[in-house]
Amino acid sequence: MQPFDPARFAKRLTWGHGGRLGIAYHAHGPDWVELALPFSPDQVGDPARGTLASGPIVTLIDMATSLAIWTRRGAFLPHATLDLRVDHLRAAAPGRTVIGRGTCTRLTPSVAFVRGEAHDGDPADPVAHVAGTFMLMDAA
Amino acid sequence: MTLPPYATLLGVTPEFDEHGAPVLLLPFGDHVVGRPGFLHGGAIAGLLELAALAALRHALAAEGAGEDGGEVGIKPVTFTTDFQRGGRDKDTRAAGAVTRLGTRVANVEAVAWQDDRTRPVASARMNCLLQRHRPG
Repeated sequence: MQPFDPARFAKRLTWGHGGRLGIAYHAHGPDWVELALPFSPDQVGDPARGTLASGPIVTLIDMATSLAIWTRRGAFLPHATLDLRVDHLRAAAPGRTVIGRGTCTRLTPSVAFVRGEAHDGDPADPVAHVAGTFMLMDAA
Repeated sequence: MTLPPYATLLGVTPEFDEHGAPVLLLPFGDHVVGRPGFLHGGAIAGLLELAALAALRHALAAEGAGEDGGEVGIKPVTFTTDFQRGGRDKDTRAAGAVTRLGTRVANVEAVAWQDDRTRPVASARMNCLLQRHRPG
């Protein structure tokens, strides 16, 4: 069996909630995956400021970190998000595509630890930091 | 109660409990699916954030900050979601509760459930900065 390929996998993610938000593959490495969230006015959470709601950012990073776990483990195995914390460092500029990077920082037999960052053009000036954990459901 | 464009994307509509506090309803649909047959965690988190913000606006309005508390700016700083069980292909409701409403900071919790409010699918905590317009 071929090892998990996040680029090929993510290109088929045109259905479901990620597909509705327009989330698409951007890049990956051995333990990280980047996905892109194109700006859309219907994802605005604060009309007064024109800023995105947390939901699309959580969806973006939840998917990127999920893919990072499968990439690091080399296989598409069942897991479930246990918790995810988003720190909103600043508002993403209206109109900009948001890039979300998920990294699997540590694997134990039953838990995957992940981190994420989101930026709107300059990785050195992120809009959000994320920390989370996933339960590995294939574990005994 | 006015909900933002993202609530329309999700298909969220407001209801009110017996005390007049907002409860948000998210019907299931293809646009909120994660793995087949289950809600996407991001959609659940999105619903929880909308519920937390609705509870905060409700509390600010009760304080006299205008309709929907619109005279106060709300900037979410941290948002943490705990996932307790998979969200199945049915209606999901969420309600927020303000644990502390200060001058500059608000701490808000929210819970999402399906059939049974005492068996949540997920809960969240949101800490926000408040921007109150100074009198005069």
